[in-house]
Amino acid sequence: MRNVFLFLRRYSIFITFLVMQVVALTMLFSKNRFHQSYFGMVSNEIAGAINARVNTIEAFLSLSDQNNLLREQNAVLLSELPSGSLWADSSGLIIQDTAWIDSVKTLRQYVYFPAKVISNSVFLPQNHLILHRGADQGVELNMAVVGPTGIIGTVIQVSKNMSGVMSLLNNESIVVAMLKKGSGLGEVTWDGNDPDVLTLSKIPKTVKAVVGDTVVTSPYSDRFPPGSMIGKVINVEQDQETNTYILKVRPAVNFSNIQHAYIIKNVLQGEMEEIKKKFKKE
Amino acid sequence: MSPLIKNIIRGFVLLLVQLFLIKNIPPLHQFIVPYLYFVFLIWLPFRITRMMLLYIAFAWGYIVDVFYHTPGLHTAACVVMAYLRPGVIGFLLPKDSTEWGNEEPTRVTMGQVPYAVYLIVMTLVHHTWLILLEWIQFGSFFYFIGKLFATAAVSLLLIFVTDLLLRRNPSRR
Repeated sequence: MRNVFLFLRRYSIFITFLVMQVVALTMLFSKNRFHQSYFGMVSNEIAGAINARVNTIEAFLSLSDQNNLLREQNAVLLSELPSGSLWADSSGLIIQDTAWIDSVKTLRQYVYFPAKVISNSVFLPQNHLILHRGADQGVELNMAVVGPTGIIGTVIQVSKNMSGVMSLLNNESIVVAMLKKGSGLGEVTWDGNDPDVLTLSKIPKTVKAVVGDTVVTSPYSDRFPPGSMIGKVINVEQDQETNTYILKVRPAVNFSNIQHAYIIKNVLQGEMEEIKKKFKKE
Repeated sequence: MSPLIKNIIRGFVLLLVQLFLIKNIPPLHQFIVPYLYFVFLIWLPFRITRMMLLYIAFAWGYIVDVFYHTPGLHTAACVVMAYLRPGVIGFLLPKDSTEWGNEEPTRVTMGQVPYAVYLIVMTLVHHTWLILLEWIQFGSFFYFIGKLFATAAVSLLLIFVTDLLLRRNPSRR
């Protein structure tokens, strides 16, 4: 027993070193299991509070740019209002139909929550954003996040007042996408090198892709509203092994300059998942 | 100013610079993502015990990790660097740590060349471990080598500039 203590004392520094390394590496490599609890830890709440403070300064400095972005978006939204367009005159006989369901009423599928970006990164292999809106304000896991000009990412962590977003610039991010002009079910991923270049793969060669095509989210996406802007094709490459393209896409969002974002709740997401589960059971 | 307060202030100032300035600067290239905060560990007095050094390194690495959303990455790199620091100093200056007063590693206390070698070795140790761990999760060998040397070069440039700016040179005061 005495020898054990002597050994521990003699090598105490080396043992401390090993323990610290193991703790650090465990944190690093068991990230997926560990991340949820890590994000809720006190240290992150403090970091979030500090980030929020510093962000008020940054927000002030980029105020005019952000105003312009929001103004442009407002212009688009205003022109979509019913008062801005005329209805075709279809006067004639009005026939009372016998439908059980009011077919004119629209069903709201997506609810938008505004959120402030308080922390952001673009230069790392796995980039995340932190938004100042959390579980207490209605954010749940797997909600979509979009910016004024295009989609940003997916909520992967939620704490009381903040939520962590995996941006498109993350090597684990996959978004179901298509070319706006033609269908084709592809996947947008990021190779981790250039924050200005995303990769769109699995688009079949039956669709003629050219440089400048617009890439939008697919209607099959379970979180993003269909047709949300992702970016523009800047390079077309044919995959020799399969019958698909490998397209390079420039994201519509300038990731290094995001201040405001919208978190989107898909009201039907729960129902969709239930049906998917039933498929799996059968 | 007492060495304790001086080091605490310096540590936090370097953290602020790293987390709110350097982190927000767009990189010149994807390989160049410089780090400066760890120079605080390099500049701690010679007299500090190895155990204390390890704890400080762990704490500082952890703070940086929290802000970079990379749990464990910077912690691991800082701890490796802190563990190797006394060995590197002992190799460059064959003198027992108890013989020192409150001196810190500077150009004057260590001499020009040993000090430069010390900075380069410590930076390379820190960056090698950091970028190696990044490479394991992600990237290729070319990515590792390219990023290691490019980032280390720019980090070293920053460190030397900081060194000159802070005039950490007692004889000139």
